[in-house]
Amino acid sequence: MQLTLEQPVVRGVRFFLAHAPGLVRYGSKPSRDIARDATLVDAIQAHLRRYEAAAAYPPNQAFLGHIHPDTLASLPQPWFERTTQAIRWGAHGEIMPEEEFYGLLKICDVFDLVRLEASFVQQVRSALETHPVLTPHDLERLGNGVPEGDIAADLRRNSHLLPLYLRDGRRIGAIYAAHEEDTSLAADVLLENLTCKATAVMAMRTLLMQEQVDPTAVEYLLNSGEEAVGDRYQRGGGNLAKAVAEMSQCQRATGVDIKGFCCGPVHALAIAGSLVSARVFNQVAVLGGCSLAKLGMKYRGHLQHDQPILEDVLAGVAILIGSDDGRSPRLRLDALGRHTVAAGSSQKAIFEHLVSQPLERLGLRYADIDKYATELHNPEVTAPAGSGNVPQLNYRVIAGLAAMHKEITPAQVPDFVTKHGMPGYSPTQGHIASAIPFLGHAVDGLRAGTLQRAMFLAKGSLFLGRMTQMADGVSLIVERNGEG
Amino acid sequence: MKLRGKKVLALGERDGVQGTAIAACATSAGAEIVLEVTHCFV
Repeated sequence: MQLTLEQPVVRGVRFFLAHAPGLVRYGSKPSRDIARDATLVDAIQAHLRRYEAAAAYPPNQAFLGHIHPDTLASLPQPWFERTTQAIRWGAHGEIMPEEEFYGLLKICDVFDLVRLEASFVQQVRSALETHPVLTPHDLERLGNGVPEGDIAADLRRNSHLLPLYLRDGRRIGAIYAAHEEDTSLAADVLLENLTCKATAVMAMRTLLMQEQVDPTAVEYLLNSGEEAVGDRYQRGGGNLAKAVAEMSQCQRATGVDIKGFCCGPVHALAIAGSLVSARVFNQVAVLGGCSLAKLGMKYRGHLQHDQPILEDVLAGVAILIGSDDGRSPRLRLDALGRHTVAAGSSQKAIFEHLVSQPLERLGLRYADIDKYATELHNPEVTAPAGSGNVPQLNYRVIAGLAAMHKEITPAQVPDFVTKHGMPGYSPTQGHIASAIPFLGHAVDGLRAGTLQRAMFLAKGSLFLGRMTQMADGVSLIVERNGEG
Repeated sequence: MKLRGKKVLALGERDGVQGTAIAACATSAGAEIVLEVTHCFV
């Protein structure tokens, strides 16, 4: 490809999961339901998984790179009943227990919003001391905690704080509002933003450490999460990217937030690639922190089926885009797929814009893309709540287009879906679940030569913000480096 | 189904048929759209 000044490549990808069963009650759906019926807390608590179960859960292991997503197809369902070994670290990142995650929240909190009980801080400190990406300075930031009685007194006195609980219901601290009248700085909003920051920081630090990248060599960060950071005068104004840069020792970097609902990360990848291609920066990181609001989003379906509440993890991602190193997979910026305003809203039109047009531009056939990464939501989460198998719906449309273009016969559609798609395995963490979860596996396969090309297509529900009836979408092809 | 002169609630899904697409079809068949909405179930 000679159209760009510099060929951008994906130098590395890492993910992070925090097991956060104690925070499920603060997901949007559970918290609204609990406000109406406080007895729901007990039913929810009775269906929360232990850490070992979340760490042994095959979709989480696929998310963290311990197993390939295709492996899931051969595992009998329900996957949550499998009693495999709990694995904390996969090839692409870790799943952190909730106790440590609360400590991490305190470490990432620069405004004394989080106060943890002294005995709990002691317990957490010893657990975090050996963590490979945390430093003695981080442990200092944990502080000594506060007496349990102080938090109890604050809870009695005012309503501007949110108690923090473990899975078993033990209260271990609280997060405080930053302003009594500002709903943008209320405790629940700050908890959402702080968890987003912490998960993105951990993904970024893991990426820097494991890929042996000098943090000061990263010049720009693009945060693509869906949180709304800001006070009453600029709700959602951002900028979480620089907050993550600060916590990741990227001293020579600044950054900005790119907002695009669930397709924010793929938009950000295209922008990061463009900045590298134009030689504005040599290395740009794309980040996405978690979506606390989506914890327990489908919990009603899970309770109905008496299965564990599977939306009990918070996810983060960090991706490093850099100039061509001769081995890392290339971003094909010359074949970006865009769901344009004029495209309309039919699935056929959307997928023509996101899939068919980029392929035509490169003279490729549908089967030339080894793997399509689309909405990768775990069906075991969505199906019990009546939301179906979202990845499968999307793969059938792609296969249908291949059939319409006479590249396959209608009878070959199921085989195409199996070969070029994959089972959904991502936690329903908003922007995290759209295409991006496969990027780690894609980089592995493209480097090893088991893949030649993968396409990442993500969709965003713009209509949810009530400013337009439209949805959005963007796609990007990543291919094996010729000299790889 | 004859839609001419009927009132239609267009309830769509992002990963299925979106509300705007349902509304466009129903309008072209002569229906009046009284509600058009698309939901995202993930």
